[in-house]
Formats: sequence, structure tokens, C-alpha cells
Amino acid sequence: MTLPSLFGDGELPEAWSVAQVNRHAKNAVEGIFREPLWVHGELVEFKAWRSGHWYFTLRDADASLRCVLWKQQAAGVLVRLGAAPSDGMEVLVRGRPTLWEERGEYRLTASDIVPTAVIGAKALELERVRAALQADGLLDPTRKRPLPPLARRIAVVTSPDGAALRDIIIVTRNRWCAVELVVVGAQVQGEGAVASLVRALGLVNRIPDLDACIIGRGGGAKEDLAAFNAEPVCRALAAVRVPTISAVGHETDISLSDLVADVRAATPSAAAELAVPDRTALVHRVDGFGVRLAAGLRRRTRVAEERLARTGDRLQGALGRLIEERRSRVERAAAQLDALSPLRVLARGYSVAQDDDGRVLSHAADFPSGRRFRLRVSDGSVPARAE
Amino acid sequence: MAQQPPAQPTLQDDLRRLEEIVRRLEAEDADLDVALALFEEGVVRLRAARERLAEAEARVKQVVEQADGTLGLVDLEG
Repeated sequence: MTLPSLFGDGELPEAWSVAQVNRHAKNAVEGIFREPLWVHGELVEFKAWRSGHWYFTLRDADASLRCVLWKQQAAGVLVRLGAAPSDGMEVLVRGRPTLWEERGEYRLTASDIVPTAVIGAKALELERVRAALQADGLLDPTRKRPLPPLARRIAVVTSPDGAALRDIIIVTRNRWCAVELVVVGAQVQGEGAVASLVRALGLVNRIPDLDACIIGRGGGAKEDLAAFNAEPVCRALAAVRVPTISAVGHETDISLSDLVADVRAATPSAAAELAVPDRTALVHRVDGFGVRLAAGLRRRTRVAEERLARTGDRLQGALGRLIEERRSRVERAAAQLDALSPLRVLARGYSVAQDDDGRVLSHAADFPSGRRFRLRVSDGSVPARAE
Repeated sequence: MAQQPPAQPTLQDDLRRLEEIVRRLEAEDADLDVALALFEEGVVRLRAARERLAEAEARVKQVVEQADGTLGLVDLEG
């Protein structure tokens, strides 16, 4: 380092530049506080600059802390509070301790200000609503309805362009596309959200052939989830005539709508997993039925064949026709057994006669001359008539 | 929307009935005529269930309230 010698002829001490010091200090401070904190104190020296940024100090009995709230967040806080905060207010400030390198100034970069009076009022309101819902039995566990095992039409009450809907659609497509999702768009946060959700839930009750209803939204700040704690929304949800799933925010967020719904899901994706049947599991189940059907009949016909062989000789005369009919049914069934294995080739050249109600016509007596019926073949059915 | 006339059995109906058919078929005391009838019905239901499971079209609709107060469903791009 080539600095003028102030220390005589001796070695110069290693010197840091100012920027280096500030850079290290910044890294140290911001390295410790990686997540935003809530800081409790009295707000003083509040100053809103024309630029829109807010500067203020938080203090308590022992210390004070400079804070800055950038204009974007300041605008949001202004809307929520209805007015800029004033000096002397007791508040919770959310923010991260940061260090401004150019000036070497340490301060809290805030993202939110919530007066403690508001928190108290909100907690009281939440408790009031919860108690009211409970008094009317809406939180009663015996009220909970089970979800349909194979829902075919599911209403989704959420923001039409939110992350929640996107997640629900993705999960649904991965599980079983043949389900129909009916989106009932609603505003899920901000002024008007409560009315919008109540209206949407009213519409849900007018959708025909509905099996279940999901209500929810993606994660957000506590205030953004507030509509799901509102009494009118909870009551409208309780009045939905199909089983309901509430999925509000992240796993850790629990809203009153979660308590009122028949089922609470941790996230919108989880709600879709609960509501939409899984095709893979169903295919396994159906395959299992095919195997058991074939095995069950194979065992049963073996027993019957042996018995027929024994009794056939004795009763050939009198019961010949009956036995023949049974034998031919056994043979037909045997052919079906072949068709069942492998199971996928059921459709190969096989047909079933059915009446108009879909009942299988399997006896000669079902076919009086002139009788009309339908012959079900691999790709549909054809009208037919007995000669 | 009007009530659907004689509803086709749903997948749920088919699965429930298949479960019942298989149970009865597996019971030793089933009469052969009954067993055959059960098996034949089972085959039909099995095929119907497979057909339903093969349906693949994803449908995402959006509710719109029309001027006359009725509800309509329109496709939602998703």
C-alpha cells in the first residue's frame, strides 16, 4: 500500500478503505438477520418524504432504531391503516436490520407497520366470530360430511388468476383428467373480498350435479387471509350443500373457514388431492376386480362341471335340455375367462345383449320372437331383434 | 338444469357393484346359475369401468352469471 508516511520510517499498518469496512459490517449485520423480524416499540420522528418513502424511529425504554419503509410498502400500509402512522403510536414493525453502505448507517428496512391496538381489535373480532359460529353449531365435528369418493364435478371458489387455482388444475390433471372443475371466481383479499366470496358461495349452490366444493387461496400476509375469517363467509360456506374443503394459505395458516368446512386441507394442492380421485389407484382396483372375477368363476365352474359330469349321466333324459343350457353357459363363461386374461382384451369380438335398461339378456327365454334388444359390441351397441 | 333421465350407472356404482359381485362369487355357496349371472354382469361392469377410466379430457370451466340471472359455464383457459 502506498500511503504517505505518517508513522515515520516504520512499516505502514494495514489500512482498510471506508467502503471495505462498511461492506464487512453490512455482511455481518445482514448475515445475522436473514429473516424479517417483528419489532415492538413506540413509533417516533415519523417523516413521509415526497418520494413516498417513510422514515421513522422505533424506540423503547432502552434503545432506539432508525427505520425506513420504501414507498411501495408504505402505500400498502397507508391503505390498510387508512392514515399515516403518527408519533407516539405503539406498533409492531416487520423488517430486516440492514446497513446502508454509502453512509455507514444501520437501520431497519421495514415492510409493514401494524398498530398494536389494531392487533388487539382483530384478535377480539376473530374470537367473537369463532364464538358465534360455535354457538350455532357450525364448528361441530358431527356436522362434518365425508367427501365423495369419486367426485365428478368440483366447484373451486378462488381468484381466477391466483396461484391456488393453478396448483389445483395441475394436481387435478395429474390425478384424473375426467373430473370437471368449475371455477367460481372471487376476490380473495382486500376491500370487497368478503362480499365477493359470499356471492361466489351462493353461486356454488346453483351449480347442478356438483359433488364437492373447494374454497381457498395461496399464501399471503395475515391480513390478506382475513376474508376467510369473516363471519358472512364462514356462514355462506356452512350453507354450501355439497361437502366443502377449505385450503387457505400455507400449512401453518388456519382460518375460521377451515374450521367450518367439512375438511381442511393444508394447501390448495392438498385440497385437490383430497377431492380428485387418483386414476392410477382406480385402474389398480379395477384390475384387481378382473382377476378376482375370473378366479371366482373358474373355481365355481370347476365344481359345477364335476357335478354336471356326475349327474349328467343319470339325468340325461329328463334334464338333457337344462343341462345343455347350463353347459353352454359354462362354455360361454369359459370364453369370457379367456377374454379376461389378459384383461385388456375384453373387447375382442365379444358382445352382450341388453334390454333398454341395460340389463343383460342371458337366457333364451329373454328372447321371444320379435323382441327388440341392443347388442353391445366393442365400440358401441347396435339395435337387434330376435327372429 | 333438468333432471337427467334414467341415469347411466356411474363409475362409483360400477365399482360398488363389482365389489359386491366379486365377494359373492368368492363365497363358496354361490349357486352356479347365480355365479354365472354375477360373472356376466361383472364383465359388463368391468368394461364400463375401464371405459370411464379411459376418459381423458380435462375440463376446466368458469361460472358466469347471465343477464337473465341464470348460470352458464364457459371453458376457462388453464
